[in-house]
Amino acid sequence: MSTMVQAVRMALHVGEDRLGVTDIFGEDVGAPLGGVFTATQGLKTTWNSPLDERGLIGTAIGLALAGQTPVAEIQFCDYAFNTIDLLKLAGGMAWSSGGDWNCPLVVMTPVGSGIHGSIYHSHSFDAQATRIPGWKVVMPSTPRDAYGLMLSAIVDPNPVMVLIPKALMRVKHAAGEEIPGEPDERTLSKMIDAPIGDRSQWVPQWPATPDLFIPFGKARMVREGEHVTVVCYGRMVRECTAAAEILAPEGISVEVIDLRSLHPYDWPMLTASIRKTGRVLYVNEDTEITNFGEHLIRRTVDELFYELQAPPKLLAGAHLPGIGLADNLEKASVPQRDGIVDALRALARHEP
Amino acid sequence: MQTATAAIPSSTSKRELPKETLLQMHSLMLRARLLEERLIRMQKQGDGYFWIGGPGEEAFNIPFGMLVHKGQGPEFDYLHLHYRSNAVALAMGADPVDFMRQMKNTASDPFSRGRNFAGHPSIRKWNLVPVSSPIEVQYAMAPGTAIANKRAGGKGISIVTGGDAGTAEGEFASCMIWSTRPGNELPVLMVVTNNQFGISTPAATQHGEQRISDRGKAFGMRTATIDGQDPEYVYFQLQEVMEYVRRERKPFLLEVMVSRLYGHSSSSGANFVGDEFDCLPAFEKKLEERGYLARKDADDMRAAITQEYLEAAKRVREEAMPPQEDAFTHVFEETNHVAWKKGN
Ligand SMILES: Cc1ncc(C[n+]2csc(CCOP(=O)(O)OP(=O)(O)O)c2C)c(N)n1
Ligand SMILES: [Mg+2]
Repeated sequence: MSTMVQAVRMALHVGEDRLGVTDIFGEDVGAPLGGVFTATQGLKTTWNSPLDERGLIGTAIGLALAGQTPVAEIQFCDYAFNTIDLLKLAGGMAWSSGGDWNCPLVVMTPVGSGIHGSIYHSHSFDAQATRIPGWKVVMPSTPRDAYGLMLSAIVDPNPVMVLIPKALMRVKHAAGEEIPGEPDERTLSKMIDAPIGDRSQWVPQWPATPDLFIPFGKARMVREGEHVTVVCYGRMVRECTAAAEILAPEGISVEVIDLRSLHPYDWPMLTASIRKTGRVLYVNEDTEITNFGEHLIRRTVDELFYELQAPPKLLAGAHLPGIGLADNLEKASVPQRDGIVDALRALARHEP
Repeated sequence: MQTATAAIPSSTSKRELPKETLLQMHSLMLRARLLEERLIRMQKQGDGYFWIGGPGEEAFNIPFGMLVHKGQGPEFDYLHLHYRSNAVALAMGADPVDFMRQMKNTASDPFSRGRNFAGHPSIRKWNLVPVSSPIEVQYAMAPGTAIANKRAGGKGISIVTGGDAGTAEGEFASCMIWSTRPGNELPVLMVVTNNQFGISTPAATQHGEQRISDRGKAFGMRTATIDGQDPEYVYFQLQEVMEYVRRERKPFLLEVMVSRLYGHSSSSGANFVGDEFDCLPAFEKKLEERGYLARKDADDMRAAITQEYLEAAKRVREEAMPPQEDAFTHVFEETNHVAWKKGN
């Protein structure tokens, strides 16, 4: 029964062991710490880098071009904004050279709020990431998806960004969603979590987990429903699922879709769901102006207008410079469960 | 105004290269210059939208291209070049017509399928990484390929070039830092071609450091500033520097003083600048003095290559442009072209 951070670690182990990963690197990624969230503990190919995000992405590009298989970590996505130029370069490597080159690298970075991270440990990156052509962008909301999407990222010939919701790092599987082959919680922790104190002699024991590739462009149907669709990802999946549970006794049946692959995204699943319910709410944490959900709304209106029973709606972060530390400030700026419930209820009751 | 050769080590080579090498170098320099002049002409005649290139840097670029350990994969040199480097690719054996194709943005442009400006080659079979317009980003990438060079265990190194003004960008510092991590030094040859300008801004108005190459000293790097106007001298200097990087698997920062003979780009007119040192006639004079080249032969060569390029440009003008739907190809690749295993 792994947490998301353990699932990422197991995926990276499979990456090193069987999928040719050569370098897992970033700030504090190597021993002894193994990453500020411990996502890279106990792995063979980890190394600590200088504190230089542009150098990190540049080096990952160079490694990729030279046939290595790098996974670079940006410690917090809040510090990836100075790399956008280089991210564009990676995304454009194949296209700009007319297919002469490709650039197979993985960037992983923790995103989002929910851990009282204040202004610079709460940013989202999905709006930025999805604006950079040539990148595949994923954001898991379960350990199993984190594992399977990471494996797919590692073998993809294109740059892939794995956005990991910080608030879900320690979250466990729902029953029935384990990674095949993983032992129970306590055993797993003994096997792959570094001991407190001196770790110099510690060697992890990796459970035998399979090549479980979760394909890009396939969303996850979290909960089927009849009356209204909610499309979300990352931390918002839990909030939306909880909202759906709250609304069920009121007779409002909510279909919850975890997009999980933001680009490419599963338009067929969204289309089928919106056709069925005629009502859709998009939810994410990023700031609301030029938000990825706005793109999804635009496409919904363009292609499904006459099948809609209500105007499609977006709940996103407020257009503010950051997320304030005080609880109330965070509540005011990021979608909350109550707000999602209200929005879904209003959509479900909307009379055309 | 400071001249390009002010207060830097003597540019005359004590050692001499064999006659054939010098003549080959001359022929390549002439071809590179005439190619740039043809590209400028094409742009001015409407056969292209923009010109940028390296006339005035041939005495550095040609020996550089000749000394590259050329091939594909980490056992060979990786080249992270900037937009004044056509001559490097030419010296490596690139087809001059391909640069015209890129100027004319034809579908047949092998570097970018009509997508990028002139002077932005990409040649994967020779590890020549796509040249891109943002200044200095290539310096952030070079440590990555150099790690692979080091792993491969051959003599391949990563060579990165850029201008003087661009060294103000963070990636220049990144490259020095990432190439000198204690115990993990990398075979990176950092080159700065110093023409003492960034577009219209004289270097001296923005840079307080005495020499750009001095910055490497803080990282324990070997450094040098050399005159880049005599290809024979450059050849020996570069050979020595490359040998050091190949052998020691450690970085070197080389600053090369060069000229900018047609201004920054077509945006600034791309007209011949009279007051900068021109390496080509100077080299021809040297070859004449040694009795290796007759004036008339040089003139005949010039005429013949000029005609060859004129005709090639005319043919390129007739080549197909990319169709609109071509814009949507190669956003994502299905196969991993860069996958590399020893023995590939
Ligand atoms: C990051 C970035 N900023 C600005 C520009 C616009 N620009 C193109 S060339 C140039 C000057 C570069 O000067 P230098 O590095 O000395 O190279 P040179 O052109 O003189 O060879 C500038 C400012 C750019 N291409 N990239
Ligand atoms: Mg300059």
